[in-house]
Amino acid sequence: MTQNGRPLLEVDGLVMRYQTKKGEVSAIENVSFTLHQGESLGLVGESGCGKTSIAMSLMGLAAENARYHAGEIRLDGENLLALDENAMRKRRWKSISMVFQGAMNSWNPVYRVGDQIREAIDLHFNPRLSEAASKDRMVRLFEMVGLNPSMLSRYPHEFSGGMRQRAVIAMALSCDPKLIIADEPTTALDVIVQDQILKELKKIQDQLGMSLIYISHDIAVIAEVTDTIGVMYAGKLVEYGTTLEVFHRPRHPYSYLLLSSTPSITGPRRKLAPLEGEPPNLLDPPTGCRFHPRCPFATEQCVVQEPPLEDLGGGHKVACWNWEKVPVTIGASA
Amino acid sequence: MSQPLLKVDSLSKLFPVNRGLFRKPVDFVHAVDGVSFEIGPGESLGLVGESGCGKSTTGRMLTRLMEATSGQILLADNGSLVDVAHINREGMRTFRRRVQMIFQDPYESMNPRRTIYDTVAEPLTVQKLGTVVEREVKVAALLKLVGLTPPETFMFRYPHELSGGQRQRVAIARALVIDPSFVVADEPTSMLDVSIRISIMDLMLNLGSELGVSYLYITHDLAVARYMCDRIAVMNLGKIVEIADSEELLANPLHPYTKALLSAVPVPDPAIKRAPVEIKGGIGKAINPPSTCRFLERCPMATDICHQLDHPPLEDKGNGHYVACHLVDVGAA
Repeated sequence: MTQNGRPLLEVDGLVMRYQTKKGEVSAIENVSFTLHQGESLGLVGESGCGKTSIAMSLMGLAAENARYHAGEIRLDGENLLALDENAMRKRRWKSISMVFQGAMNSWNPVYRVGDQIREAIDLHFNPRLSEAASKDRMVRLFEMVGLNPSMLSRYPHEFSGGMRQRAVIAMALSCDPKLIIADEPTTALDVIVQDQILKELKKIQDQLGMSLIYISHDIAVIAEVTDTIGVMYAGKLVEYGTTLEVFHRPRHPYSYLLLSSTPSITGPRRKLAPLEGEPPNLLDPPTGCRFHPRCPFATEQCVVQEPPLEDLGGGHKVACWNWEKVPVTIGASA
Repeated sequence: MSQPLLKVDSLSKLFPVNRGLFRKPVDFVHAVDGVSFEIGPGESLGLVGESGCGKSTTGRMLTRLMEATSGQILLADNGSLVDVAHINREGMRTFRRRVQMIFQDPYESMNPRRTIYDTVAEPLTVQKLGTVVEREVKVAALLKLVGLTPPETFMFRYPHELSGGQRQRVAIARALVIDPSFVVADEPTSMLDVSIRISIMDLMLNLGSELGVSYLYITHDLAVARYMCDRIAVMNLGKIVEIADSEELLANPLHPYTKALLSAVPVPDPAIKRAPVEIKGGIGKAINPPSTCRFLERCPMATDICHQLDHPPLEDKGNGHYVACHLVDVGAA
């Protein structure tokens, strides 16, 4: 998607590391991307690749031991990392909101769901909405996510998994955010429920013109909901481009292998190419390109020199010395 | 199919609900309700369905981790089928040599205080197989087989020192160390990272054909079932609604539930637009269910017949394609 004007969100050269007893964990290493109004970006990668760390940084909710060593996160030009907690709290839910993984844990079990959403609305609308206006707002939100408004006066345990996740989405929408971050919102759900939630999310995003960052390890889900995709590996953004381009012509060996090792119910039944080895320990990441120990195309250069994220044209960026060696068709070499 | 290795006949599991201290239970969840299928030697059958459909309960009954309420589990033994659903303690030990299980969560399924050697050797110890030296040789061979090489470096480590993928390899080694003929695998890759999944699945496939092991592979993921299994059985609310060869099931689903499940699976290609899903999500609980079709409430195609007749039997529509639906005509497949 090409758009003019200033992007809504700019993540610029972000470096974040966790301080632990064992040393520094390099969680986000020089990650940059931009997001325009109405655009949806998918961040895909394995657990520990830094995708949730990015989400938490955007929300200003990173763990206590997180340290930012470089970079900025700019929302509408304002650097969020420079804000104090008070200022950040005003933006959280209002400007950026998040749908967390695991809908059960997102709710306080002893309060009615409606009361919990009202709390967010009360905190963020200035001047405060009247009782009737916030009630009206919640009813509309519930209708939007496909829940019966009578459920507002129910407790979280009375909701099924899918309903709870819908309610979480309603909560995330409650203050008209410009950007929603959805972190594995459907991972714990069955496929049919997942399908409904994804459709709902897409529809709402289109209606309200919000931007969406969708985080998942499931590339099939990413393929369905996003315009742009960023592939992360071991704290780095290794490939970035339109979803169509990255899926049809992945240029990074990791993206390529990830795609070729995903079973599908469509297309011919094929032998899948396994990715050898395991993700690296980020206390002591590999030298050069972090993917080199698992990469079938790795050369001497990859071991010593870190590849920059280079634009191959049309906004398709890749961080690999040997991207030309990556086969063009998925499964061809498998 | 010739002689099956395992034949399950009308297997049921009812769980009582609202049981008072001195009251007889009156309400039952029909978790598994009259399920029948066969698994041939070396074959792998996928059991697919939404959470709560009874697929794990079925697996647990087959491994005798759970007592069946009724029905038969027949296991081939020297050419004849022996009912293992109601065997005694002594029989259980012989049974465990034949049937093993791989669990979903490699973090929970191992004793954290035991070394990998202890974990993998445990079945041999319980079964009193071999001398200490022989056991060590066998364990080393198995660790090598599952790709934990060199075995010496893994044998005396503890589970917390291994990654999820490595632990699942240990779990596979533990299940295969006594040469079972049948293994129940309950979502063995769903907790693993995407890049690790395929290597674990490949490992199970290769070992399965090498050692002639049959699998019941329980998963919610149809794409995984397709990759792993010769045949797929689809379960809904305690009933098997359709069984067929994997490719046949995907290409030619007959039951409306199977069709809906298939259309809900996301496709890893942004250029492909899926057909809309026609049923509502969210599976209920089958508490004292009516005798009509279990899928009736969610079925987009239900007609008058479906409201009048009992739950349809699983019928052969040719080519070993079984379906339980009143609306599928014989020959239409």
